[in-house]
Amino acid sequence: MREGLQQWDYVLAAVAIGVIGTLLLVGWSLVGMARAERRRDKVRGK
Amino acid sequence: MVPTIALAPASGKWQSARDWRRGSPGEGFDLPAPMHGFANPARFLRMARWLMPLLLVSGLLLSLGAVLYGMLVVPPDRLMGETVRILYIHVPAAWLGMAGWSTIAIASLVELVWRHPLAAIAGRAAAVPGAMFTAICLITGSIWARPTWGTWWVWDGRLTSYLVLLFLYFGYIALSGAAQRDMVSGSGGNRITAIFGLVGAINIPIINRSVVWWNSLHQPPSITAGKSSIDGTFLWPLLIAALGFSLIFGGVVLARMRMLLADIQAEARLRRKALA
Repeated sequence: MREGLQQWDYVLAAVAIGVIGTLLLVGWSLVGMARAERRRDKVRGK
Repeated sequence: MVPTIALAPASGKWQSARDWRRGSPGEGFDLPAPMHGFANPARFLRMARWLMPLLLVSGLLLSLGAVLYGMLVVPPDRLMGETVRILYIHVPAAWLGMAGWSTIAIASLVELVWRHPLAAIAGRAAAVPGAMFTAICLITGSIWARPTWGTWWVWDGRLTSYLVLLFLYFGYIALSGAAQRDMVSGSGGNRITAIFGLVGAINIPIINRSVVWWNSLHQPPSITAGKSSIDGTFLWPLLIAALGFSLIFGGVVLARMRMLLADIQAEARLRRKALA
């Protein structure tokens, strides 16, 4: 039983790293894109 | 010689791929006909505006659903127990780490041979998500190894070649960043970056065959062309997770391409203003 609990600790750690890493990647890319397009529009005087 | 100069057409608007290729006469081959449609940045941006959110939303839904299914519904494996659930993060990340560099290699080839205007940008855009998924694969693999193999890490062929892939990504990101900074001086940095992207692709077959060529704690390939040794109970959620993460990867690459294009447009406009 204890072995099973220990295994879940590893599973949860791996899934958390995968999910958080993916969400960070998506968020970072979207924020970077929005910032760059805002800057371009500002330079263009839009 | 200076293709990046052509990123800023004199008119300030991109009409066609020729706008981009101006400034590099006599270099490269003409684009094959099917690639013309994707060579116009304005057309690409129109497509990316609706495709990017579609890829991201569908990818997030599919991958989240598959991971939850893997966590809550899939039974424990006879040998690996509960840790088999790490499969649904680790394997898609491993595929995408290699797919990221394959994208870079193809983009580099297209850039070097046909001087496709978006190829360098596509390669650069794939580097960061590729590196992120490579890192996720290495970390989750290490977490999986501890209860399964009794160690966090071994210097065997598969793990070492995959770590080399992460370092190759770091090198490519640094090199492409330097090429972007040297864009105005036209030092040919994009070409050096593309050559690095092509040469680095030699590591992909090494990673793929490493578990066959060398003794390894890592298991041999479970899925090969058309065949799988994984039971269907585990396989279908894995394929859906891989599809979901791949869609996310595609959406992130499109977002980063839009970011890089917007940066180039802004820099070009600022340069014209400074020269006026």
